[in-house]
Amino acid sequence: MRGFARFPGACGFARSLRALAAFLLLFVLAFGLRTAQAQEPAGEAAPAFAEAAPQDLAGIVAGMRDADLSGLRASVGALGALGEVEALPVLQALAAGTLNQSASGAMAIRIGPDRFVEAATGEPLEAASLGALKALRINNALRRDIAAVIGGLTLRNEDPAVRRSAAAQMFASPDPANLPLLEEALAGEEDSRVRRLMEQARAAILLRGGSASAEEITQAAGILAARGDRASLGLLNGALASAPEAARPALQEAVAKVRNRLAYWGIGQNVWSGISLGSVLLLAAIGLAITFGVMGVINMAHGEMVMIGAYVTFVVQNLVRTHHPGLFDVSLAIAVPAAFLVTGLVGVAIERGIIRWLYGRPLETLLATWGLSLIIQQGVRSIFGATNQNVGNPSWMSGAFELGGLTITWNRLWILVFALAVFALLLVVLNRTFFGLQMRAVTQNRRMASAMGVRTPWVDALTFGLGSGVAGLAGVALSQIDNVSPNLGQGYIIDSFMVVVFGGVGNLWGALVGAMTLGIANKFLEPYWGAVLAKIAILVFIILFIQYRPRGLFALKGRAAEA
Amino acid sequence: MIAGGLFNRLGSRALWVAGILLAIAVLAPLSNLALPEGHALRLPNHMMPLLGKYLTYATLALALDLVWGYCGILSLGHAAFFALGGYAMGMHLMRQIGPYGVYANPVLPDFMVFLGWKELPWYWLGFDQFWFAALTTMFAPGLLAFLFGWLAFKSRVTGVYLSIITQAMTYALMLAFFRNDMGFGGNNGLTGFREILGRPIAAPETRAALFSASAILLALCFLLCSLIVRSKLGKLMIAVRDAESRARFLGYRADHVKLFVFTLSAMMAGLAGALHTPQVGIINPGAFDPGASIEVVIWAAVGGRGTLIGPILGAGLVSAGKSWFTTSFPEIWLFLLGGLFVFVTLFMPRGILGVFASLRAGWAARRASARKQAGVDPDPEPSEPESAPVLREAAP
Repeated sequence: MRGFARFPGACGFARSLRALAAFLLLFVLAFGLRTAQAQEPAGEAAPAFAEAAPQDLAGIVAGMRDADLSGLRASVGALGALGEVEALPVLQALAAGTLNQSASGAMAIRIGPDRFVEAATGEPLEAASLGALKALRINNALRRDIAAVIGGLTLRNEDPAVRRSAAAQMFASPDPANLPLLEEALAGEEDSRVRRLMEQARAAILLRGGSASAEEITQAAGILAARGDRASLGLLNGALASAPEAARPALQEAVAKVRNRLAYWGIGQNVWSGISLGSVLLLAAIGLAITFGVMGVINMAHGEMVMIGAYVTFVVQNLVRTHHPGLFDVSLAIAVPAAFLVTGLVGVAIERGIIRWLYGRPLETLLATWGLSLIIQQGVRSIFGATNQNVGNPSWMSGAFELGGLTITWNRLWILVFALAVFALLLVVLNRTFFGLQMRAVTQNRRMASAMGVRTPWVDALTFGLGSGVAGLAGVALSQIDNVSPNLGQGYIIDSFMVVVFGGVGNLWGALVGAMTLGIANKFLEPYWGAVLAKIAILVFIILFIQYRPRGLFALKGRAAEA
Repeated sequence: MIAGGLFNRLGSRALWVAGILLAIAVLAPLSNLALPEGHALRLPNHMMPLLGKYLTYATLALALDLVWGYCGILSLGHAAFFALGGYAMGMHLMRQIGPYGVYANPVLPDFMVFLGWKELPWYWLGFDQFWFAALTTMFAPGLLAFLFGWLAFKSRVTGVYLSIITQAMTYALMLAFFRNDMGFGGNNGLTGFREILGRPIAAPETRAALFSASAILLALCFLLCSLIVRSKLGKLMIAVRDAESRARFLGYRADHVKLFVFTLSAMMAGLAGALHTPQVGIINPGAFDPGASIEVVIWAAVGGRGTLIGPILGAGLVSAGKSWFTTSFPEIWLFLLGGLFVFVTLFMPRGILGVFASLRAGWAARRASARKQAGVDPDPEPSEPESAPVLREAAP
């Protein structure tokens, strides 16, 4: 788990990259798909367990129909005594006011507009069949009871994951009233990870409570120092003011320790955001690097290829949503080849229609493709409208997880994996296929390649198609983190140019190193200078950098550079 | 004597163009101010700032063409120099508002009061003086162009790379001017002007004067450019454009030539921007948008690059087209503009003037061959003074 901190060194070379990719995949597998959801906060009052006859869940829920407040209180107590995690949705719905009794006799939980499930079983119910609905009303005292029962149910639950999230919840909102409950649970806890969390929650409650002894506080400080996140720092700082003299050195030491640790994780977080930004830049720029490298033309419509890729994703998702809603989670997998094909074909059409007439005149190509980008933008605006289109995140791409002191969102992680996969695939295509061989030959010496029988116009068309197709792939990824609008591409085109100019067009590694360097540099400057100044600084840096390496970091050497 | 010498250097066509521009500078304001309302030849009031705006655009296109058409430097950031000049003038006009702003602060512009600033930043000092602002409109862009060009041309950044870093330059400036902390009004830019040189800025007389100034500036820039491209320096510029390495091997300092032309061009663009701001009444960071700079390129390309009249024609035609289409058919304007880029680069690489030139060359050839068949010796054709040289760039 801690191995993830190796990240910073991993952006240079193929082997470490491959290791990194393998790592990330392992991660994804090891972690399961989603982190647990937050639970309702625990309440203040100690649980008031009413004595009730042993009943099953369905019986208790049925008993809540038409019950008055004291009756509901008894039912809540009974649910607590039941000790089954299945009771949680009922309790949460009751607390949230979404538990309804229907005229048809069912107890229904409203989970969305006109969407209901049966309270005890969780099975979906037809909204139309329910008849008149009446929500069960509760008061604040009952709300506290419910919170306590939920806390108790979860802290002593059989599933360690539920206990863990309950303890985490108690840590997040430490409440002295929960201390007895927590200590009771702690005594019986066997799972070491849950135990650690519970101890942390207990430490938080002790520090927050203000009535703990110096010894207890010293111990709590040690536990929180080991945890060492921002929340711990807040608790320790808060306790510092009111703590007895004897506990003060321990608290101060813990604060210093946590500060140190946070500083390191802060660097790690910057590196991660930088790599994440770099992966986006890489996706956007790599196609540009290919076309620029092989044909010496700057494709100003490259950003629009990215935009078309995003719109293809949008269309594919809509088709999937209307025809096969069950396949929604794999809609991106369908969009990837679709976007590649569509943008690739558009690219070939552009090359055949416009660019091939302008070879040898790179500046004219630049202008013509700029004009094309205006046409494509306006075309998409006319067809789809100027507003942002809603592209959904599949479930495996939404949410985030914590890793030590890092917060990593799934979509960013997947985009990094995707970018590296596209990069690796392109390396293979360029270095291991016949088409790649021809492409490299044309890059290095167009006339000699032509003399040796390479059909350079054909190579040009396919190269342009490949570069555009890769831009389309970038569009699929960007549709997950950016607004899908006709202006999507414009936001990336200058950044992609910067990557290409900085990295050079000699080979793909230039694009990788350029993208990652610019991404990480940007994210390291941002906390100090703000996002805009950081970007300006990067632009100025590139303008200055190009003075020393007019052809970028990875320039072609020898005769090829003269062409 | 001096006038005679100039006449010889310039050639008659350049003088004709300058003369026409000067005549416009006098006649158009006259028709607006002296003729009664409703007269057929009277230019309506709203046309004056519009036409004046086109004249400043024409100056900008001319400045761009001097570096692109004659020196082969495709600058995708020329609007930045224009905008810098515009901002310098805008700063002066903001200071002229004086105590009549919303917050009635005699020194600070409204947006600074709004941001809670207590005193004027140092770089705003001196802008209450017109002469200082006027010099800044020229020297701020000139200085930027000099620094930028000095770095870029010395290390021989050329071709597409140069175009892209000029674009990065204007993009960085745009981001910078969008920031409120920069002290240039942030997103809203500078606006709400009241007076220029003690005259109300929206009065017809002031508008007419600004129009005249724009036309005179264009005429002067045109004469200056004509002088330059006809001089030895002009020959050198074309040599650098067509075969930079060869010019360098022959012992010419290509970087000095480029630096001089680039800086001069930026100064002309800055002056044009300075006249643009009071006529449209606002300058904001959108003027630094990379798209705006590329539009300037298409003006020059449509008219005919490598000529001095072409960019003026192109700027007028494309801007007028834009004004008309964006109000009448906003949907199709971008299609048209985009199509124009593609069409011009594919089919009219030398622009409108290039089409005329080749038509004329075709007629001349036909006439010559006809005469030859008739057994008459063809007259030696007088060499075309304004002829567009062969446009060729180093192969990629």
